[in-house]
Amino acid sequence: MINWLKYKYIYFSISILALSLGLFGILKWGLRLSIDFTGGVMAEYVLGKDVSIEDIKSKIENEVKANVSSISKVGDGGSYIFRISSLNDNQKEKLKDILKEAAGDNFKELRFENVGPSVGPELVKKTVYAIVISSFFILLMVARQFSSFKFGISAILAMFHDSFILISSFSWFGHFFGAEVDFLFVTALLTTLSFSVHDTIVVYDRIRELQRKEGGEFVSLANRALSETMVRSLNNSFTIIFMLVAMILLGGSTIKWFAVALLLGTIAGTYSSPFVAVPLLVVWNNWEEKIRLRKLSR
Amino acid sequence: MKSPLAKVIIIFIFTLICLYIDLPSSFPIKFNIGNYSVDKTFNRGGLDIQFGRFSFRRSLDLVFGLDLAGGSHLVFEADLSGIKPEEKATALSSLKEVIERRVNFFGVSEPNIQISSFENKSRIIVELPGVSDPKQATSLIGQTAQLVFGEVAPQAEDKGENSQLPFVFTDLTGADLKKASVVFDQTSGRPAVSLEFTDEGAKKFESLTERNVGKMLPIFLDNQIVSAPLVKEKIAGGRAQISGDFTLEEAKKMAIQLNAGALPVPVKLVEERTVGATLGEESIYKSIRAGLVGLFMVVLFMFLSYGWLGLIASLALFIFAAISLAIYKIAPVVLTLPGIAGFLLSVGMAVDSNILIFERFKEERPRRPLREALEVSFGRAWDSIRDANIATLTTAFVLANPFDWGFLHTSGPVRGFAITLALGVALSMFTGIVVSRNLLRVLVREKKQ
Repeated sequence: MINWLKYKYIYFSISILALSLGLFGILKWGLRLSIDFTGGVMAEYVLGKDVSIEDIKSKIENEVKANVSSISKVGDGGSYIFRISSLNDNQKEKLKDILKEAAGDNFKELRFENVGPSVGPELVKKTVYAIVISSFFILLMVARQFSSFKFGISAILAMFHDSFILISSFSWFGHFFGAEVDFLFVTALLTTLSFSVHDTIVVYDRIRELQRKEGGEFVSLANRALSETMVRSLNNSFTIIFMLVAMILLGGSTIKWFAVALLLGTIAGTYSSPFVAVPLLVVWNNWEEKIRLRKLSR
Repeated sequence: MKSPLAKVIIIFIFTLICLYIDLPSSFPIKFNIGNYSVDKTFNRGGLDIQFGRFSFRRSLDLVFGLDLAGGSHLVFEADLSGIKPEEKATALSSLKEVIERRVNFFGVSEPNIQISSFENKSRIIVELPGVSDPKQATSLIGQTAQLVFGEVAPQAEDKGENSQLPFVFTDLTGADLKKASVVFDQTSGRPAVSLEFTDEGAKKFESLTERNVGKMLPIFLDNQIVSAPLVKEKIAGGRAQISGDFTLEEAKKMAIQLNAGALPVPVKLVEERTVGATLGEESIYKSIRAGLVGLFMVVLFMFLSYGWLGLIASLALFIFAAISLAIYKIAPVVLTLPGIAGFLLSVGMAVDSNILIFERFKEERPRRPLREALEVSFGRAWDSIRDANIATLTTAFVLANPFDWGFLHTSGPVRGFAITLALGVALSMFTGIVVSRNLLRVLVREKKQ
């Protein structure tokens, strides 16, 4: 049997490194919020291959009098995604006129999203409520499930570990690849919360089953539980990862970053159960025993 | 207790029914075998069950959300600042009615209009499937409702009874109407609509009824007639009642329409999301392709890891997919792009229960005979499966927001994801345990030595 927990400080170091990199990204670049939260226009048009993006950009800025934050090419079908500040009806018509003129017969509107400035703050609040409510229920469930402080808290710490890694990785993706945090990202985050405890529960269940049936030293029980659940945990994540990778590579641009967020969440959740939640539990247990021994020896 | 074989047969028949539902509504069948050739179009009928007052009707076609079918999602903010607090609810339901009328006038099939209130802000969400240029629709919806009373044009009276009655508008408008409410006629006990006018309106109404005793007094909302009651006598005092052969529902609807004029609510477009039909079609095609590739990888992986056990799990996965699709069609679940993602994710998760069981089985196998080892593995794994899935179901519940709580999102795409994910997780517990268990019981035989 592999002595997984011998290397627990290596796992902690890996986690601390990932968390610090994340913190660095968040402090340095922050998150790129989508129009769901900030308001503005996000639109996708087919313009054809040989249009000058620079010309169009300056035209929009001069004639529509709107801020163009980015125009980016998607795929090779000559379609472009525009991110512009919020527009009123007249500005919208002007924008379309400019694009129609530039693109000629190629012009086609694929999607147009215009979110007014009043919508964002409301969405932020609702998002916070959604996160608070689902975390509360998950906490309640973990507490009921394990009715033990150290099991519950370790599971929750692992859960926060995963959420932070997911959130902060998007500051890196945002900076280097233009990934945005939209409401679908929040959905992925909440799904990650539940995935994270999902795996942890399976390992913890096994530790407690062994504890009840065979007893013995806690560390060796935890080691056995890890060995016995490792393959299932990895295999299960593989099947989810297959589906998500297929979605990222083949599923189209609209859903790509959503699938990336789910993938990162799944990987973090799979890693954190054996390598964060269980080592934390073991360290906690060791402290507890040391304190008990000290009390006894007095 | 039925034998496993009987259960497998039931599951098999059930799957066939689901597969039948999963078929597209019509497709051509064409093939040649020797001299025998078939050239027909297959038609799958819909569901139409009637049982007394209960009726259940489904076309059994997949319903796609706006992001896949194309269309416009518009959010208007209602300005309720001019409305008294106690009349806000009435004003909002009237606003909704007005918008519904206008959208119907616009000729959109199956529009969806809902009110969403959050922290003193009221929003009207209008979904228009198939509308790719919502400019006309937004300007139509954005207008404030116009209620005006009319009277029979004077010159029309001479032309006799057969001529159509042209009406002219009067100066009595929605601004003069304080409110309309449903009452019950004191003599007949039938539902009626009572009108209450402002002081100014009362004077106008008095002279209007005086001129038109015995004639019709049409009331227009956005140039369409809401009601054309007959004036019995001159009405003073600013209170009137429209009575007639109404049902309670009709009276309520009329009061709501009249209030739309009495309590006008200006609206402002605050959010617009339009998806063209091409992008939607492309998304459907890409998701199906991604799903099939992913599914193939999962099946291959299960076979490589667990051999024939993995193939049985894949069979259970196939049954899972067939039942899911049938549920989407019967419920019906509105499929959005994130919804499809939720389904694909649940496919990846559905084999989890099988993996748990098979890993358990590997451990138990050396200790017990094959059959017993299987049963024990199923029993032990069930607790973990149940506990682990509750977390996902809880999150999905918050995201799906089934009770339309105002403090949570009512966004269609997110809901779509949560609903398909929750359905997938719940169903996977069934297929992972009941279906694969019975399949294994029937298919697995202890090797005779």
